[in-house]
Amino acid sequence: MIETIGIILICIGVAFDFLGVLGLIRLPDVYNRLQAATKCVTFGTMGILIGLIFIKGFTLFGLKALIGIVYIVLAAPTAAHAVARASHRNRIPLADISIVDKYEEDKELKV
Amino acid sequence: MKVIKWLIGLIIFIAFFYFNFFIYEGDFLLKLVNVILLSAFLVLLRVIFGPTTADRIVAVDILGILIIGITGILSIYYNESFLIDIGLIWALLSVIATLAFSKIFEGRQLDD
Repeated sequence: MIETIGIILICIGVAFDFLGVLGLIRLPDVYNRLQAATKCVTFGTMGILIGLIFIKGFTLFGLKALIGIVYIVLAAPTAAHAVARASHRNRIPLADISIVDKYEEDKELKV
Repeated sequence: MKVIKWLIGLIIFIAFFYFNFFIYEGDFLLKLVNVILLSAFLVLLRVIFGPTTADRIVAVDILGILIIGITGILSIYYNESFLIDIGLIWALLSVIATLAFSKIFEGRQLDD
């Protein structure tokens, strides 16, 4: 029974991984690609590791997977934030259909 | 032109999923690993054809997170726990590389 729950969680994680990568391929802009891919892939990998904990229990597998979950939750948003800030400061243009840019307005207000 | 691209992509995905889940005779976990490998191939397409430098940096970061999923599923299949360590080290180096690349891309030095 508990193994079936783990397999279902792993399937949900793999589906989220695939949909996030599809967003990385299809969306028009570097910022849209960044938010779609980072959120979906982080949640999907977390699902896979939680399923691993459900299947194997708190053995060596479970402890390593727990370390992996904490590391992913801390590291992936940091990297995404750094890339978004760097690309906006390096004047990479937004897509044609985007209508608002709050970060640019903030910089104009400060100067 | 847009309709032809949509159709080609849809046919490729349907052919892949039909072959993976109905013809390929393997364990169920290996089928899930195949789906993540297809995702990694799509990420590599973004690395090769990305219009700007930021797209390539994002794609390499995503590839590093996908590796943890692959090694997690394979560690269940082979019943070996050291495979998760390989994924953890890969993700750690990938995130440090992403931070360093974005810092250089912004125009600052590494010790700034």
